[in-house]
Amino acid sequence: MRLFTFQRAANVDEAVASGAGAAFLAGGTNLVDLMKIEVLNPERVLDVSRLDLAKIELREGALQIGALASNTAVAEHAEVMRAAPGLSQALLSGASPQLRNAATVGGNLLQRTRCAYYRDLGTRCNKREPNSGCDAMEGWTRMHAVLGVSDKCIAAHPSDMCVALYALEAMVRVRGPAGERDIPIGELHLLPGDHPEREFSLRPAELITGVRVPIDALAARSRYVKVRDRQSYAFALASCAAAVQVEGGAIRAARFALGGVGTKPWRVPEAERSMQGRPPTRETFARAAEIALRGAVPRRDNAFKVELAKRTAVRALMLSAGAPS
Amino acid sequence: MSDEIGKPYPRRDGRAKVTGEAVYSYEWPVPGILYGVLVTSNLAKGRITAVDSAAAEREPGVIAVLTPFNAMKLPGGAKPADTGDRVVQVLQDDQILYSNQPVAVAIADTFERALHAAAQVRVSAQALPFTVRMADELHAAFPHDIRTSAGSQPADQLRGDVEAALRRAEHKVEADYETPPETHNPLEPHATLAVWSGDRLTLYDATQGIFGVRKKLAKAFALPPGNVRVITKYVGGGFGCKGSAWSHVVIAALAAKQLGRPVKIALTRPQMFGIVGGRPQTQQKISAAADKDGRLIALRHETVSTTSRFDDFIEPAALVSRHQYQCENIETKHRLVRLDIGTPTYMRAPGESSGSFALESAIDELAHELGIDPIDFRLKNYAETDPIEGKPFSSKSLRRCYELGAERFGWQKRTRRPELVLRAGKLVGTGMATAAYPANYTKASAIARMNPDGTVLVQSGAVDIGGGTYTVMAQVAAETLGVPYEKVKFDLGDTEMPEAPRSGGSITAASVASAVEAACRALRQKLDAMGERPRKPVEALGEVAPSEERKKYALHSFGAQFAEVEVDPDLGMVRVTRLVGAFAAGRILNASLARSQFMGGMVWGIGMALHEHSVYDEKLGRIMTRDLADYHVPSHKDVVIVDPIFIPVEKDDVVDPAGVKGIGEIGITGAAAAIGNAVFNATGKRVRALPITPDKLL
Ligand SMILES: Cc1cc2nc3c(=O)[nH]c(=O)nc-3n(C[C@H](O)[C@H](O)[C@H](O)COP(=O)(O)OP(=O)(O)OC[C@H]3O[C@@H](n4cnc5c(N)ncnc54)[C@H](O)[C@@H]3O)c2cc1C
Ligand code: SF4
Repeated sequence: MRLFTFQRAANVDEAVASGAGAAFLAGGTNLVDLMKIEVLNPERVLDVSRLDLAKIELREGALQIGALASNTAVAEHAEVMRAAPGLSQALLSGASPQLRNAATVGGNLLQRTRCAYYRDLGTRCNKREPNSGCDAMEGWTRMHAVLGVSDKCIAAHPSDMCVALYALEAMVRVRGPAGERDIPIGELHLLPGDHPEREFSLRPAELITGVRVPIDALAARSRYVKVRDRQSYAFALASCAAAVQVEGGAIRAARFALGGVGTKPWRVPEAERSMQGRPPTRETFARAAEIALRGAVPRRDNAFKVELAKRTAVRALMLSAGAPS
Repeated sequence: MSDEIGKPYPRRDGRAKVTGEAVYSYEWPVPGILYGVLVTSNLAKGRITAVDSAAAEREPGVIAVLTPFNAMKLPGGAKPADTGDRVVQVLQDDQILYSNQPVAVAIADTFERALHAAAQVRVSAQALPFTVRMADELHAAFPHDIRTSAGSQPADQLRGDVEAALRRAEHKVEADYETPPETHNPLEPHATLAVWSGDRLTLYDATQGIFGVRKKLAKAFALPPGNVRVITKYVGGGFGCKGSAWSHVVIAALAAKQLGRPVKIALTRPQMFGIVGGRPQTQQKISAAADKDGRLIALRHETVSTTSRFDDFIEPAALVSRHQYQCENIETKHRLVRLDIGTPTYMRAPGESSGSFALESAIDELAHELGIDPIDFRLKNYAETDPIEGKPFSSKSLRRCYELGAERFGWQKRTRRPELVLRAGKLVGTGMATAAYPANYTKASAIARMNPDGTVLVQSGAVDIGGGTYTVMAQVAAETLGVPYEKVKFDLGDTEMPEAPRSGGSITAASVASAVEAACRALRQKLDAMGERPRKPVEALGEVAPSEERKKYALHSFGAQFAEVEVDPDLGMVRVTRLVGAFAAGRILNASLARSQFMGGMVWGIGMALHEHSVYDEKLGRIMTRDLADYHVPSHKDVVIVDPIFIPVEKDDVVDPAGVKGIGEIGITGAAAAIGNAVFNATGKRVRALPITPDKLL
């Protein structure tokens, strides 16, 4: 770890005022990890973990979740479990209980990729060091993305929570020097393109203060399915958050987001539209999944993810629709 | 007093370990200690041309960066001390032989500063061509003798005419099985602390064998062995990787000597991958045939395993086929290929774990092909004597293990054909396999002392790698001397004590228990001759060594593993919902600790079957799964019901005086095959390359 200055913000205003050029410290489960291996090297660390931003409440037709609410607190919150079960399931499928107790919503939104090369200073990585090259590309790609990749970076987005939030069309509230604004979760994470080092649409010194999850009939039907190499404590090979609303034997509305396969949480509007008005059957869902995976760019080790993601999506959609599998 | 042996006493070191009181090697309080952190290579092969340590040396608290260009030359050289000793890379030359090899060491006044300094060191090297792919070197595969705790054995063996038998066979299976490279990850990483006093060296080392470490260090520094003292009171797991003195041990002693201050080095988790061994990759081919009555008429087991360019470690995967089943025609072959990797080493049941995956899967395939129940098939081919050498078994209770295990598991309820048995949307399947491991035994010694206050101290230079040596040896001493267990203290882990073998090959319990018994018997005689309670301490030494008689027998522990799995039919995720193992391993010294040993082995079997894989980037020649997030071992949720049972006393007068067969390793043998066989039973899919990950079942 390199030497850095440590400061603690007394309130949100102070955090924003002195946030430029600093790394916000919340649970630290990701930031400190990466600092220890000298992948992230902030000169200033600004501790925001004690700010009064941990509230979770159902208000104005939405779950309002403070950025510092712990992953555990959100997952186990009665309103969350009732009104957005898919979010609770996604959180509980991530990491381990100890990590979830420490990890916050804000930190989870901005957690970095688990690409093994990104974390290994002995290899080349465009995300870590712009234009140095990408050793993953021709290397071990089992955990990498097949959607949204560029010829600069194929790192998979790691978060489970973000996938659920995307299917729930959450808004991320941020405060910066220029005031407050809301970012749709789908626009928070950037595609790697030519600049994989640019990961988020946040502006300098912008602090995430909370997340707003609209609650409706669809959210109440949300479900999360995660496929991984062991039963717990592993990142997704493929995952899917789905929400399907059926009326009179036909799908009225449906959304699904994929995890583990994209460089960011992945949704395809056309795939979702394809289900509208159709019966909630395996065929309907399989077709939607097929559309969602169009344009996938598989590599040697992750080619299986194309088929796996489709099956995962079908499973999540079936569960959400309450269809017998 | 009597009947102390077998009692389920809790571990004597347990409390100290869970409360943090136990002092591990790295934590030994030594004033003025310096912290070393290794700098390891990014290249898989090359020659170091320069090491730029200027930036590192400017950092606060940094004392030195030792490199091949400024490190002292070892007076005794870096060559192995004997045939069992590994070749190490200790800053004596400019060669890079594998990725992650030590190429320098940063020394500072705190661990954090040393770690940071190590990250600032820039190594320039001329890259050389390399490969870490077995396929690239198969053409140069060569036979190599097998070296195990039981001694040396030939690479190849042939009995009868396998070819002819295969040709006439009505039922046969010919299949290739693969096990991946795996890496040990004991919670305590390798660590060593070196203190010099003149030309005397004391090492506190996380090792499975203090005498081997002493020999190596004495050789490297050209000292009489008596000048080197090695102390190991607690080891946070060994599993084979701590069976050898690897590079960091010599580097710590070298740095301490050169800098004139005590130095300690612990490997970081990523440094566990390459420097200190691992299970080599194997490719195994099995050809097995049976007649229409289900009698095995041919068995050929050919295995290739990987080693480094500069040292020979062979995973004796085909050994299991030399002993497991009665068959007139058996052929086994061992080949090695050299790759540009760190030298692999013993990893829990080396050979028997990987080899039993292949053999026991093939036997299952053959039983299925014949339409015979897998246990019935094994019973039809039960070896009453060693199939190759014809020797009688010193004891063998495998039949009983099949019975006990089948009953406990509920094997009778099984459906043979892979059918789609669904439970809550999951396919359910069951499978079984035979477990076996050699009963190793070697020379060992111990000293027993009766104090005037009636307490007893017994010492032997063994180590307790977590198996319970502290506890069971006190039990053996108490029973042999006829004194209460509480009165006996057993101490270990110091080369000043009588010599004991390295704790590997499941050898410690058998050998050290026999030595402790001998010492206590000798002490008892002395005390009895004295007639009255001694007024000063009375001591007696016990030394044991394998008898000639032993050579007339085949010596193994046996067991039977049963697995139940649930498989998601669409998503390929496998969960082992139940694992039952029934074992017979001589006399069990402590029922509770034995259960833990069997259970630990079986849990590792789940990891071997489903999770473990050191994945190489073939272009970089580097293991990429270098932390516990990427290198998977079973999580709690992967371990549902693990249920080991065992025969408390399997009588065996031959195996060793204590009648003990080791139990550290047998628990993993057969486990991966039982799980793979259950996956086949559930899905109809036979996965012959471990680990069985979801993608292989799509
Ligand atoms: C071994 C392991 C396994 C894991 N497995 C999973 C898994 O299976 N699924 C999964 O989804 N996740 C997993 N995680 C990741 C885990 O979810 C994240 O580490 C955690 O959510 C990060 O939250 P934190 O509060 O600790 O963030 P921190 O480490 O404190 O911060 C992370 C980043 O967010 C920034 N940040 C934090 N809060 C704010 C804020 N309010 N405003 C602006 N920026 C902010 C920080 O500056 C930093 O860049 C795993 C982590 C580990 C270590
Ligand atoms: S995939 Fe992206 S994160 Fe991984 S090495 Fe390449 S550039 Fe870096």
